Amino acid sequence: MNLLGKLDWDAIPLHQPIIMGATAFMVLVVVAVLGFITAKGAWLYLWREWLTSVDHKRIGAMYCILALVMMLRGFSDAIMIRAQQALAAGGAEGYLPPEHFNQIFSAHGTIMILFMAMPFVVGLMNFAVPLQLGVRDVAFPTLNSVSFWLTASGALLINISLAVGEFSKAGWWGYPPLSELQYSPGVGVDYYLWSLQISGIGTLLAGINFVTTILKMRAPGMSYMRMPVFCWTALAANLLIVAAFPVLTATLAMLSLDRYLGFHFFTLEGQGNQMLYSNLFWVWGHPEVYILILPAFGVFSEVMATFSGKPLFGYRSMVAATMTICILSFLVWLHHFFTMGASANVNGFFGVMSMIIALPTGAKVFNWLFTMYGGRVRFSVPVLWSIGFMVTFVIGGMTGVLMAVPPADFQLHNSVFLVAHFHNVAIGGVVFGVMAGYNYWFPKAFGFKLDERWGKASFWCWFVGFYVAFMPLYLLGLMGMTRRMQHYDNLSWQPWLIVAAFGTAIILVGVVCQVVQLVVSTRNREKLRDVTGDPWNGRTLEWATASPPPAWNFAYQPKVAGLDAFWNSKSRAQATKDEPMPTRKYEPVEMPKNSATGFVTAFFAVVIGFALIWHIWWLAGVGVFGAFMTLLAFSFRRYSEIEVPAEEIARFERAHQAGVAA
Amino acid sequence: MRYGSLAVVLIGAATLGGCTDGVLDPKGPIALAERQILLNALGIMLAIVIPVILATLGFAFWFRASSERARYRPNFTYSGRLEMLVWSIPAMTVLLVGGVAWVGAHDLDPGKPISSTVKPVNVQVVSLDWKWLFIYPEQGIASVNKLVVPVGTPISFELTSSSVMNSFFVPQLGSQIYAMSGMATRLHLQADHLGTYAGLSAMFSGDGFPDMRFTVDAVTDDGFAQWVRQTRETGSVLDKQAYADLAKPSQAVVPFTYRVVAPDLFSSIVNAGMGTQDSSLSIYSTSQKAER
Repeated sequence: MNLLGKLDWDAIPLHQPIIMGATAFMVLVVVAVLGFITAKGAWLYLWREWLTSVDHKRIGAMYCILALVMMLRGFSDAIMIRAQQALAAGGAEGYLPPEHFNQIFSAHGTIMILFMAMPFVVGLMNFAVPLQLGVRDVAFPTLNSVSFWLTASGALLINISLAVGEFSKAGWWGYPPLSELQYSPGVGVDYYLWSLQISGIGTLLAGINFVTTILKMRAPGMSYMRMPVFCWTALAANLLIVAAFPVLTATLAMLSLDRYLGFHFFTLEGQGNQMLYSNLFWVWGHPEVYILILPAFGVFSEVMATFSGKPLFGYRSMVAATMTICILSFLVWLHHFFTMGASANVNGFFGVMSMIIALPTGAKVFNWLFTMYGGRVRFSVPVLWSIGFMVTFVIGGMTGVLMAVPPADFQLHNSVFLVAHFHNVAIGGVVFGVMAGYNYWFPKAFGFKLDERWGKASFWCWFVGFYVAFMPLYLLGLMGMTRRMQHYDNLSWQPWLIVAAFGTAIILVGVVCQVVQLVVSTRNREKLRDVTGDPWNGRTLEWATASPPPAWNFAYQPKVAGLDAFWNSKSRAQATKDEPMPTRKYEPVEMPKNSATGFVTAFFAVVIGFALIWHIWWLAGVGVFGAFMTLLAFSFRRYSEIEVPAEEIARFERAHQAGVAA
Repeated sequence: MRYGSLAVVLIGAATLGGCTDGVLDPKGPIALAERQILLNALGIMLAIVIPVILATLGFAFWFRASSERARYRPNFTYSGRLEMLVWSIPAMTVLLVGGVAWVGAHDLDPGKPISSTVKPVNVQVVSLDWKWLFIYPEQGIASVNKLVVPVGTPISFELTSSSVMNSFFVPQLGSQIYAMSGMATRLHLQADHLGTYAGLSAMFSGDGFPDMRFTVDAVTDDGFAQWVRQTRETGSVLDKQAYADLAKPSQAVVPFTYRVVAPDLFSSIVNAGMGTQDSSLSIYSTSQKAER
């Protein structure tokens, strides 16, 4: 018996210079970061303040950092895909052989959706929702840390697949029979399965945590119809997570059983049913789209209201639209495969249902429009992303509805028209949304604003780059180009693919601007410092506390008397300016204690995943045992909370009030 | 400015010129009807999308913070009439496009035969790793990576796969449909113009996927009869053994033909895909499965 399962030196693709170069680069970056931390002597600080933190703000920030790092990885894949397709026309083979190209587009999709967009959205919710609700933390702080670290484990496994073995070559959906052992005998699909499985469990736990938090832990007086819209969209997204992610877990588990234990759920033999997988996958996959876009809608709602200097237009209508989308998103999955030969009634039903989602979405767009009407719109970076979104998203929505017409889909399905459509909504909706949220909440999280000039430069590059990169794909789709082609013989496609590659280069400049923005802002942080805690003249409770907020968020629990709670209290304060502030007595606060449970559990999760991928059964056993013992140790711990003394809170508040007054 | 509009015209012309072999240049009734639906739906939606984009830019500009003339109305947060409008405009659009979708889904159902006075030609399509096999059951011949059809005649396709999923697609003739093992899907197309059209797989199927291309020759009735005659005279026989050899993975296969095809080859491929080698054991016959 081989102690290392399928793992041996052949697993490292030494003969592939591109992969080895990327690996070397990745290793260098990791070594540089670790070296930097060691040189600064920051290990203990990192461990105490970040790695074991159960503070929702820290966890939210770590989610966003993970997302930004994975965006760089996924974007490198995008550049390689565009470069390959710009080159490989006629007899040319380009520079990527099929087995490498197929891994790249599979990794690009998987990473961008599950390890970039997902962590970014969950990170923003993590950071902002408890603050907006006026509470001290989420319902289950340690579970929150476990969720984050499991997501990070999945991301780590995907990155390991670059250096050790290979990634899936079956696309990000992993449709069987192609993803079955018979057609994908390598470890690629196993990397895909276990990284999604582990991070998916993390996401499910986060969903449970947030549904509980929003339903049970709002500040006194904050009834449902007084919740900020971002909290509503977060609620809808997390309800979707709770309902949809178990389906993904079960589906991937079935595929794993096929691959590991010779089951026949989706195989060619033994009466397996491959269409079952497509159905199950998209029963998760379509709600997943709304899990990403709904919180982005929430961000735009907050940004539009704040920077227009007036409340959101049609709040009730927005809430109704959000919840309608939440429910309808489960009734449309079949539009991902109109071309599998379902009957006209089935296709017609799912086509019409898909269009009905455009109804609440359209209402939302109009409500943002009328939020600007009669406002005083300040063109800060978050607003630029929001207006860019409104313009771009309606085009993406239109092409989406177009493909919901079954006969149109018979021609456009799987074409690069489709690729253009979902990038139109994923970039124009989700990426623009998380970038708006990132610029909007950054000063709250770190106490200083991001540089406006670099932020605007980044926006314009992304915006223009998006159109240059994806409008040609719409056209190519109409010209009959299908997706995922490693090479093609139709020379009339090539000029447009070169234009698209050029667009990707413009987006690259935008990404570089973002990195520069972060570096420049960090250097100039004293100049960009936000001492008031309310840099944008905000409306919701997160702006009522200091930037960055203390661990306990609010010195005393806010009382909420209406929508836009902080705006109202500011207006009242203005009205009663001359009266002296009543002196408050601060009380000690109980805060959840740090816990290494999340980090250690995730460590063992990586061990389990890696061991299962390489069939190292004893190591998988060790991992399961370790994870179990960690949870056991956690459940037997005696002290789960620490008390923050009243003097410390009073001292912090005095300093903050002094800053506000100055 | 003048050069600007010239550029727009040139780009537009280049765009349309570039579309000469895609779905916007239909060569048969199905593709023609689908292009019409595409353009109708697009037109209905542009009527609302363009004003929304202009309004977004207009509102954002007019109500900019530095504007002297725009009136600040911080309490304008609800208006019943506007809400009505906000929900009814998308509702009307959805109603119209939804109607197009529902009617279109029935009219252009891939499984629905094309009504015609001409007797259809049957073709059985098998996707293999990585090439297409076209069996003409009535003519008793078969062809790889090349489909020859008589112009003006409905073609009735039955499709299956020997291994992974693929999607049979001829953009200029219309609808695509998946080929999946153990199942037979149906598709009806027709070419109205003589010519050679590109066909491809629109569903990623592995390393040889980009070369899963085929050509469709739309020829006259005489030309078709002649091609059938010629095919019957040359090439080898496609029996179970030859099929097993053909099914082995190969890439970028140059088109060739078989002069004779074993009867019932297609249904035995479908049944093999269902996991029962003996076709008498299968639960559904091919035609029942296709109708489901």
